[in-house]
Amino acid sequence: MLGKSRAGLRTLASLAAASLLLAAGCSSGTTAPAASGAASSPAATANLTMTFLPKNLGNAYFDTSFKGVQTAVAAIGGTVTQVGPAKGDDPAGQVSYINTAAQQQVGALLVSANDKSAICDALKEAMTAGVKVVTFDSDTTPDCRNLFVNQATAEGIAKVQVDMIASQIGDAGEVAILSASANATNQNAWIDMMKKEFAASHPNIKLVDTVYGNDDDQTSFDKTAALLQSHPNLKGIISPTTVGISAAARYLSTSKAKGKVALTGLGTPNQMRKFVEDGTVTEFALWNPEELGALAAHAAAALAKGEITGKEGDKFKAGDKEYTVGADATVLLGEPYRFNKENIANFNF
Amino acid sequence: MTTSVTTQPAAIERTYAAYGRPAWRRVLLNREMAIIGLLAAVLVVASVIVPKFATPTTMGYLLFDITPILFISLAMAPVMIAGDIDLSVGSMVGLSSVTVGLCSQMGIPIAVAGLIALAVGAIGGLVNGLLITRIGLPALAVTIGTLALYRGIAVGLLGTTAITQFDKWWTALIKARIGTTGIPVVMILFVLLLAAFVIMLHFTPFGRGVFAIGLSKDAAVFSGVDAERTRVILFVLSGVMAALAGIYYALYYTSARGDNATGMELQVIAAVVLGGVSVFGGRGALSGVVAGVLLIGVLSKALQLVNVTSDVVSIITGVLLVLSVIAGSVMNWVQSKRVRPVPGSIQSKTA
Repeated sequence: MLGKSRAGLRTLASLAAASLLLAAGCSSGTTAPAASGAASSPAATANLTMTFLPKNLGNAYFDTSFKGVQTAVAAIGGTVTQVGPAKGDDPAGQVSYINTAAQQQVGALLVSANDKSAICDALKEAMTAGVKVVTFDSDTTPDCRNLFVNQATAEGIAKVQVDMIASQIGDAGEVAILSASANATNQNAWIDMMKKEFAASHPNIKLVDTVYGNDDDQTSFDKTAALLQSHPNLKGIISPTTVGISAAARYLSTSKAKGKVALTGLGTPNQMRKFVEDGTVTEFALWNPEELGALAAHAAAALAKGEITGKEGDKFKAGDKEYTVGADATVLLGEPYRFNKENIANFNF
Repeated sequence: MTTSVTTQPAAIERTYAAYGRPAWRRVLLNREMAIIGLLAAVLVVASVIVPKFATPTTMGYLLFDITPILFISLAMAPVMIAGDIDLSVGSMVGLSSVTVGLCSQMGIPIAVAGLIALAVGAIGGLVNGLLITRIGLPALAVTIGTLALYRGIAVGLLGTTAITQFDKWWTALIKARIGTTGIPVVMILFVLLLAAFVIMLHFTPFGRGVFAIGLSKDAAVFSGVDAERTRVILFVLSGVMAALAGIYYALYYTSARGDNATGMELQVIAAVVLGGVSVFGGRGALSGVVAGVLLIGVLSKALQLVNVTSDVVSIITGVLLVLSVIAGSVMNWVQSKRVRPVPGSIQSKTA
């Protein structure tokens, strides 16, 4: 008994030693370059160590963003570490990492918020500790961050979808919308703007129907079938939701309407790749997460160097492009990004 | 306090062994001391090699992070020592935080809203307890059901929205630290509750009944323990402590959401098992449980500070957990081998 429990204790002790060795290894691996990076950076006074905190780890979308961040940070001469909760929708997990970043006194924190208010107090504490806070992709309330890098505006999203469908159907004919749910705030706002855009710039396009797939794959699939049946002259479908557009593409790809009825909207490259390659879909839009990450990193660096403070009208450079801070300390990435046969192979999210 | 707590379970569980081993061995060579020792070792090493670890700020953040798990584990430990399990606690944290949020939105003062949430917790625990004891269903099955049920109610009440406006005085109180120590004020409440649970579990006939039920329900009943009543009380306590964690969650994160604390039940159970409580019941001590929760908290914070990602933290926690269970089984097996040739000792076990 005694001998064995000693063995047990030895096991535990050696395990403790092992886990701490691991900690030590990681500590020398990650913090050391951070220090040297800061020292050798061009602006000697600016702290260009950054923490990248996505909604969760192992998420292809955020991994793509992080690629952009890494490229930008390398160009600036800083360092960046990606940390985050293992599962999504975990504001408590994010708070813990925000606190850690504040303690480590990093120069800037890039965060996509899991909850617009739950992580607020932690971000405020971090800002008090001197950390510049940049939200991207998903914002908090404005007083909890220095800057929000917005991927797209509602106007931009509405316009790109109207432009794409107009060019795909020759600017004339019947189109329909396959949306998420009837009370989805984002989608309804975009649909209203699309209607206005059609009326103003595309008088020959007639919006004949709006149906709701409730962001459910099977419902969206069935609604697409029903749309084609009830509107035999339909020339195009817009689906401003990633679930809807992939379900509609799946239906179209095996129906005889393939290639005759155009489909566009908001989708992700991984979901849409095979439908673009087989010709069901010509072009769809979303933003480019890599550019979004790069812009967020450049904005954070500009804040850390004191070049901008986040007030309206502030200008800063991201690569070779200049961006201007808008109202509510928001920077807009630009027009949504169009994915088609030429560029879809470059994306994995 | 640590010493008295650690001697107690040894005395209860292996009365026969107590006579065969000197006092210092009983105190120092058990699973609780192993985990406390490991915690101490990790604390020392982390303080030396992890930059900014040994600061009041870090200790404060660390405790803020694990407070809900500390609260729930106090009640989960007796439930598991009695041979049951409560998987609905994470969902109850969510339901309780939604209750506080909705009440506060209706203009009910936080103190009253908190009491309502605690009542919701007690009712939820009572439902668990009655289904398990009166109908005789396994705790695992019942609480998997209520895990879904309570989460469903919580999400149903608020939908996808969140309530983020709370009385500033209360949120400030929850986030307050004791002087410059960095220790959250809410730890005072925890220490009081810890004392209450230690007395209940380790120093009362009720507590001895809990261990007896875990070792053998029938034997406990025959020796005069009201097993059904005891188990119902434990589930009610579990519901109430989860509700308390829910109140803390809503106020600390100033966010009442239906999906708050999703999956927390597994974090709690992991910490409790790591702390030396047997999943088969009948064995464990709160000293080990608290050390188990702290150990996981300290490891995650230390690894976070050196930028190790959360999956690595999960891997380390998982390995620790598996090793602690294996070590426990091996120790029990060796013990049974050693005791067998001394029949006199076995007979004294029934005393």
